[in-house]
Amino acid sequence: MSALLVAPVVWPLATAALLVLLQGRLTTQRTLSTASAAAQLALAAILLAQVATQGILVVQFGGWDAPFGISFVADHLAAVMVLVNGIMGTAVAVYALRDIDADRERLGYHPMFHVLLAGVNGAFLTGDLFNLYVWFELLLIASFVLLTLGNRREQLEGGIKYVAANLVASMLLLTGIGLLYGATGTLNMADLALKLPLVPVGLATTLAMLFLVAFGIKAAIFPLFFWLPASYHTPPVAISALFGGMLTKVGVYALLRGFTLLFVADVALTHGLLAWIAGFTMVVGVLGAAAQTEFRKILSFHIVSQIGYMVMGLAFFTPLGLGGAVFYMVHNIFAKANLFLIAGIARWYGGSFELKKLGGLYRHRPLLAVLFVIAAFSLAGFPPLSGFWAKLVVIRAGFEVQAWPLVAVSLFVGLLTLYSMTKIWLAAFWSPVPEGVTLRAGPAPALLYAPVVALALLTLAMGFASAPFFVLAERIGAELSDPTGYVHAVLGEAAAATFVARGVAP
Amino acid sequence: MNSLILRTTTRPIIVVLLLISIFLLLRGHDLPGGGFIGGLVAAAAAALYAIAFGDEAAAKLLRVHPELLVGWGMAAAVAAGLLGMVAGREFLTGLWWVIAVGDQELKLSTPLLFDVGVYLVVVGVILRFVLSLEER
Repeated sequence: MSALLVAPVVWPLATAALLVLLQGRLTTQRTLSTASAAAQLALAAILLAQVATQGILVVQFGGWDAPFGISFVADHLAAVMVLVNGIMGTAVAVYALRDIDADRERLGYHPMFHVLLAGVNGAFLTGDLFNLYVWFELLLIASFVLLTLGNRREQLEGGIKYVAANLVASMLLLTGIGLLYGATGTLNMADLALKLPLVPVGLATTLAMLFLVAFGIKAAIFPLFFWLPASYHTPPVAISALFGGMLTKVGVYALLRGFTLLFVADVALTHGLLAWIAGFTMVVGVLGAAAQTEFRKILSFHIVSQIGYMVMGLAFFTPLGLGGAVFYMVHNIFAKANLFLIAGIARWYGGSFELKKLGGLYRHRPLLAVLFVIAAFSLAGFPPLSGFWAKLVVIRAGFEVQAWPLVAVSLFVGLLTLYSMTKIWLAAFWSPVPEGVTLRAGPAPALLYAPVVALALLTLAMGFASAPFFVLAERIGAELSDPTGYVHAVLGEAAAATFVARGVAP
Repeated sequence: MNSLILRTTTRPIIVVLLLISIFLLLRGHDLPGGGFIGGLVAAAAAALYAIAFGDEAAAKLLRVHPELLVGWGMAAAVAAGLLGMVAGREFLTGLWWVIAVGDQELKLSTPLLFDVGVYLVVVGVILRFVLSLEER
């Protein structure tokens, strides 16, 4: 049991250590890296199955009981996110076999990739706020390296913005953690949920704002998102797909966890603010995308816009809204990463990410066009694809709490998303090949196509057979809106009773 | 840098630095010190050697690639965590073996193994930086 809970972190770290020792033997490294990512996916699937049957799982590192040691907690949300990370890790590892050049591999791409996966899993599973900071740092350091590996000019430029913004976020996070420890004397999240209600509301809200900014920078919410469109289009496609799909969602996960378990002292204020932020994030992101003409830059701005929908679900703070936010997040990770991967295949044929220099891909490669349509129209929320259901749930949650303005904004942003996706479709797929450009003949390598097809199938499954995904999202929504189960699993019966008695649980 | 004074003083200083680094590593469990700071001191010693005698000489003295140190260090740290589980306890549980050496006690433990791993990673990473910069 405890082995299963630490495996999502230990497995990729052990793999990374082995990959460092195998540095220079590229074929062995590639095989090991891909096989390990696939095994990690299998482990994550087993973990989710265990959580689904046995409820929330907890392990206390070193046998030190909570709240003194570090707890790892796998509730449904954490287990689902670890599974999604396993899927993305495997998809990207396969894609990278053809996408990452030998130079980058020699510079240490493979170990860093697995360190990144370990960091992301650690952030999802940890039940300790300082430990969360450590995992954030681990994944950031790995992502700094992956972002700038290859030393191209625009990579370094984007990298500096990325590093600067994220270091500020880390500093704020650490400051917040210090103050929080000063106010409560604990950093175990379940214990914090128990003790934060005893802190004066003003102080608790101030702390909440510090964490909102720190997590918000990492999640790329308005107005703290500038670093994302400046950097995500610069590294190789496989890396930007993993970043675009997975990394900002770690920030969203932290927001979801923080603003359901910890900072619920003054919901009207904090979650009211989140609603404003959600609206602005959606609109500004989608307008930014409308002004872009580079495939991956459009996608990068859309990441920001889509984050708004997830924050919107969180802002409603109902079981439906929270479950919807998680459903949206999972759908978005698959669709968004897939669009990045498709951009890479489009470049393989057309030689560019600039929409002006692309064209005729629909005639040239109908299959690629179909795959693009699935991912792009799902992102825009076309029925019956996964994005439609995701939007439907979040918007229905909005109806329930009668947040009409925000619902209107989100519908309007959906239209603009469609505009951007149609723009890519028209320029890259539908219009004739521009003069002076010849499309590369022959099918692109199967290893580039395989992950794209797999992710498209997942998008279709979430659309056409959405029932099991909804059941899971509902359970997550229920768990998040009533953290008594979380507190019970980590601290035991007596603490859970105190938690209920303090009137935090609804 | 070609300086007789630097080269002459470097040799004895390096010995002292390396001894201090091991001292810091070993006392780290209960007192200030540990793998990280010990590793930094050892890396400083190697960096000093590289400045005084050139990066080729430093690489020769080191014998192994810095990357290998990082790999073995990470492996040692992960193994230290897993040993606790092999013994049927939680991940990262500290295990202690006390060996009598003459009339003294030698305490070996998984926290020490973990610290050695950290030490190796720090030395490897810093040396990689230093050697790359020296090559420029």
